[in-house]
Amino acid sequence: MSETETKELPAAEQQDERRLNMIEAINDALDVSMGRDDDVVVMGEDVGYFGGVFRCTAGLQEKYGKTRVFDTPINECGIIAVAVGMGAYGLRPVPEIQFADYIYPGLDQLISEAARLRYRSAGEYIAPLTVRSPFGGGIFGGQTHSQSPEAIFTHVSGLKTVIPATPYDAKGLLISCIEDNDPVIFFEPKRIYNGPFSGYYDKPVQPWKKFDASVVPEGYYKIPLGKARQVTEGEQLTILAYGTMVHVVEAVCREKGVEADILDLRTLVPLDIETIEASVERTGRCLIVHEATRTSGFGAELSALVTERCFYHLEAPVERVTGFDTPYPHSLEWAYFPGPIRIGEAIDKILKD
Amino acid sequence: MAKAPRSKKAPSKSPVEDSDFILHSLQDALEKDRRYGASKEQLLHFYEQMLLIRRFEERAGQLYGLGLIGGFCHLYIGQEAVAIGLQSALDGDKDSVITGYRDHGHMLAYGIDPKVIMAELTGREAGISKGKGGSMHMFSTEHKFYGGHGIVGAQVALGGGLALAHQYNDDGGLCLAYFGDGAANQGQVYETMNMAALWKLPIVFVVENNQYAMGTAVGRSSAETEFHRRGTAFRIPGMDVNGMDVLEVRQAAEIAFKHVRDGKGPVLMECNTYRYRGHSMSDPAKYRTREEVQDIREHKDPIEGIKKVLLENGSTEDELKAIDKDIRKTVTEAADFAENSPEPEASELYTDVLVEEY
Repeated sequence: MSETETKELPAAEQQDERRLNMIEAINDALDVSMGRDDDVVVMGEDVGYFGGVFRCTAGLQEKYGKTRVFDTPINECGIIAVAVGMGAYGLRPVPEIQFADYIYPGLDQLISEAARLRYRSAGEYIAPLTVRSPFGGGIFGGQTHSQSPEAIFTHVSGLKTVIPATPYDAKGLLISCIEDNDPVIFFEPKRIYNGPFSGYYDKPVQPWKKFDASVVPEGYYKIPLGKARQVTEGEQLTILAYGTMVHVVEAVCREKGVEADILDLRTLVPLDIETIEASVERTGRCLIVHEATRTSGFGAELSALVTERCFYHLEAPVERVTGFDTPYPHSLEWAYFPGPIRIGEAIDKILKD
Repeated sequence: MAKAPRSKKAPSKSPVEDSDFILHSLQDALEKDRRYGASKEQLLHFYEQMLLIRRFEERAGQLYGLGLIGGFCHLYIGQEAVAIGLQSALDGDKDSVITGYRDHGHMLAYGIDPKVIMAELTGREAGISKGKGGSMHMFSTEHKFYGGHGIVGAQVALGGGLALAHQYNDDGGLCLAYFGDGAANQGQVYETMNMAALWKLPIVFVVENNQYAMGTAVGRSSAETEFHRRGTAFRIPGMDVNGMDVLEVRQAAEIAFKHVRDGKGPVLMECNTYRYRGHSMSDPAKYRTREEVQDIREHKDPIEGIKKVLLENGSTEDELKAIDKDIRKTVTEAADFAENSPEPEASELYTDVLVEEY
């Protein structure tokens, strides 16, 4: 875990505590990056004139003009392919794929081209694009607007996969991604764009501004890739999560009075395995929570790593709470969603052993 | 011994050998006589069906506002003449249809019970996809309706496969593959057009050009906004159709379907239409003016258009009002049904993932 960025917060608080939700923080990161570097270009469906369906690019076209913030046709393969070419020639494209569920037509370009360009040109050419895309469920979007396909990308060598869980992180991580010389998939958990989610869908969402993680400093700052965030400290067990589930897990532990070492992974590739290892060695118990389907999900990789590295420290089997191995349903969303009940049961099971 | 192919037809010749391509101007045939000569009975039926779509969609919008329909919901209001004009010309026993996510109207055009459609929108067990598909993902094997697809443009390529199966089975059917002006820019649409022309597949590609790809006007995302021209590179004849006039759409369907059924290969039809509501329910519609929408409503509304024809042909205002009243009742019943049906059992989560349960 990096110590530095948690210490940045008080400094930020001194400057009048500007509070943003995640959408505004992402917008701010794009703004800051574009202001610093003329090579940064924002593109995608409805991102320019309309300002993005979730408003993440609002106002950017007005500020930076149509050559730097532009609408594309609805052709995801083309969007990513063009971004790879732009990146190879020295630009830093930040294409938006409107929903992660729409990214699949661009997979060939991401896997065969973007992820492999550096390797096959022995480092002569790179693909420094950052593909932003809202992902995850909990918004009643059904199977084509709710998926969490992160494990498809973590499986591809040559790609980085980053998932913020707070406005502060979203800004700092996105700036890092844009400056990174490798292709990055930046998945934005759309369920928590406006406020953290407790997992209780029938309770109103609390806006971000009520939480300290919404204090987003003006201007430039980065959060390094590959560093997890310590959400809470505890000795009873380690919980690994990212995106929306960080907040669900935190709420469950608070409600149950469980003192957990909750780690928000922030970046899946590169992974902060040292922090994970240190935590599990201390607690001896590990729960992994993600929204994506279970089989070959990123939790499987985490479970294997924890078992390989911390086997002799484990006092209970590693547990996973995940989405079921089904398409994301239209109805029954809350039966599918790995919510407080399933997480609570898994915690009880781990602590009992 | 190798099994004989199901189709007795000789494999089609390459389109390159068709020196008459330039003469396949289906547009000329349409311009000779733009409007279908419907009987009074047919006119009334068109009116009823279009009005049913309108009232159904208005109610769906209300249910969305009440939170009974969640997530994504794309209304067909304004585009009614396209689905009705085209689908009324289908051979119901043979032909297949596939479309995108704005699919409520295409379902209703088949005469499918509005109750099971509305119950799908509210995600209930009684819905036509057991509540598992939702607004964007509805199907009917009975009618050879292959869905409702949420991924923009993906259904067009599936339509190519449906057409190939029609050809393979030599069943005389054709596939009607709808997509929007936004979807028209997806690469797979053109892969499909090439294959369809190469193999002379029985498919009618229909671009429902409602002028906006979500929040982006056609001119801002498309280099060629005359979508009917986009088949030319593949030797697919195009038709430019007023999609706000059900009689013109029906006439165009007659011409296009005959061409396809005669084995001459695919047709690309552009129906120029307009959606009155937002792209989906969460669309603030800041990309166009209220005046623009109002102008279309006042001067080009497809239902008002057919109503005018009916009144000229001897129908009375009272007759038409009675029809509206019946339709409102049907829609209210559908909404009540959709609201009061139970949600699916949780065990439904794991059904129909693969053939075998596991």
